[in-house]
Amino acid sequence: MTAVLPTLEPSRSRGIRKARSAFATVAIVGAFIVALVPLVLIIGYVISRGVSVLSNSFFNDDIAYSARAVSGGMKPAIIGTLLITGAATAMAVPLGILGGIWLNEYGTPRRLAGLIRFLADVMTGVPSIVMGLFVYTFLVLKTQETNAFFGAIALACLMLPVVIRTTEEMLRLVPLDQREASMALGSRKARTIMRVVMPASLPGIISGALLAVARAAGETAPLLFTIGFTFSANTSLFNGANTALPVQIFGNANSAFPAAQDRAWGAALTLIVIVFVFTILARIFSTLYVRKQRG
Amino acid sequence: MALDLEPPPTRHLTPLGTERQPGSIADGTFRAVALLSALMVLAVLGLILYSTTNQAWAAFEHEGISFLTSNSWYPSKLEFGALSLVWGTLLISLVALLIAVPISIGIALFITEVAPTRLRKPVVYVIDLLATIPSVVYGLWGLLVFAPAVLGSYQSLADTFSGVPVIGTLLDGTPVSARSFMTAGIILAIMVVPIITSISREVFATTPVAMKEASLALGATRWEMMRGSVLPHGRNGVVSAILIGLGRAIGETIAVVLVIGSVQNEITLHLFNAGDSMASVIVTQFGEAQGLHRSALIGLGVILFLVTVVVGIIARVFIARSDRRLGIPAR
Repeated sequence: MTAVLPTLEPSRSRGIRKARSAFATVAIVGAFIVALVPLVLIIGYVISRGVSVLSNSFFNDDIAYSARAVSGGMKPAIIGTLLITGAATAMAVPLGILGGIWLNEYGTPRRLAGLIRFLADVMTGVPSIVMGLFVYTFLVLKTQETNAFFGAIALACLMLPVVIRTTEEMLRLVPLDQREASMALGSRKARTIMRVVMPASLPGIISGALLAVARAAGETAPLLFTIGFTFSANTSLFNGANTALPVQIFGNANSAFPAAQDRAWGAALTLIVIVFVFTILARIFSTLYVRKQRG
Repeated sequence: MALDLEPPPTRHLTPLGTERQPGSIADGTFRAVALLSALMVLAVLGLILYSTTNQAWAAFEHEGISFLTSNSWYPSKLEFGALSLVWGTLLISLVALLIAVPISIGIALFITEVAPTRLRKPVVYVIDLLATIPSVVYGLWGLLVFAPAVLGSYQSLADTFSGVPVIGTLLDGTPVSARSFMTAGIILAIMVVPIITSISREVFATTPVAMKEASLALGATRWEMMRGSVLPHGRNGVVSAILIGLGRAIGETIAVVLVIGSVQNEITLHLFNAGDSMASVIVTQFGEAQGLHRSALIGLGVILFLVTVVVGIIARVFIARSDRRLGIPAR
């Protein structure tokens, strides 16, 4: 393909071309503003509708048995979200980092690494509902149980390829000299990786992992068929059904009762705060990383 | 990069009697564990395909090819022809891309070419914020705020264009609750914008400065420079960005299920009609589904998996092409 240089038609006056350019610039700025509108509206609505719902009892009470009920809190869902996301992180992040290490430090020239890299990219595009169906068919049907752990596995499947690829990208940026220096001093490869390569890229990897956690915390579809449903807090990972904020938002949004819709907004605000905290932490780590790179 | 460095020769100068060098077992173990972790990707993808297809097989066998070609989804009559659901998925994805692609390319050009350097980073952060909002929150907002707000405009659009060919057909329908293909498409568009934007801006940013300066030196205006240098340079990258956005739109479930209206067996071009998509019908019907019905819903998941994998593969092909072009001056 060749880049087409702009055709400068001498017949057309410079004024018209300048006007076109100005118009295009306005359209480009307009595109950004058009995207800002829903962002501001959504965050604005979630905050304004959500804040009035938040209260002591919202954070401390069990979930209302009836959608019509005005009372009831979100404590079980908050605990569920933290538990499930935490367990998913504990599974996906170590595995993902190790996988990324293999891709960049051991596998790079090999065909297998190319295949895994390619499939990890493809796996990031697998819809979250499919992960939910997978865990349902693979674990829920076999055990006839639903619990937080199954939901965590579905979320971990979503996070794994993301963590693998960010780890690999971050490791790739570590200069080869540092590895050679470590090995010249007699360190074995594993030691070099753990003591030299990882510390150099850790903030970047943590930043990528935190973004993956933020995405996973907001997922609904993988949890619908895997964690079951409960009205009271369940802190057990393996025993008994659980619930989570996204699932509660989904259920209450579909309800016609104003009280239920209020709970949905309150849960949405809580969820967005949790997600944003992870995102901001990720930004902090990536700033740290950039500073570290600069020396 | 050749990273397979052998331990340096000084290794052999270990004291006599220590046959196994300290750390060699740990070294091998670490390598094996790392490889096993990387292989998890293969294992999980294989398991997804096997486990879901296994459960969906009963429905595939029951329906055969009419699972995808027949338009009669009546679980009570054990009829599972998903054509209208496939149609719904395509329709909302198309609406979403038609809205999102120009906006995303515009934002990407804004970030790389138009915005003052100091503003670029904040703009990127703001657009990335759109991607961090959970899809269920998009659905909640779409259902309780957006749909009621646009109901009136849907009605007046339908009235205005009724009778006009093509547009009249598209904007026809009886907007009762504004839960429709159109609403689902618009909400999806908002969700897809940050994805297409971030990939597009990355490829635009790799346009060689010399190419842009050459355009400007020849007297091109800023827009002519973008059209002549930046857009052609990023073409493959933008195509892959659109495909990745398409994959996201096809698979998005929760936001769509809240605003599409859940009406099956309707193949229509009327965007203001309520409908259903493959992903959303899984959620609405899974709870009450038994036996063959549940198997058919899992079958829809298998189709979704295969379609998104194929779209993802094609996207990677375009990315690879774009990568090959990077830094290569135009001939």
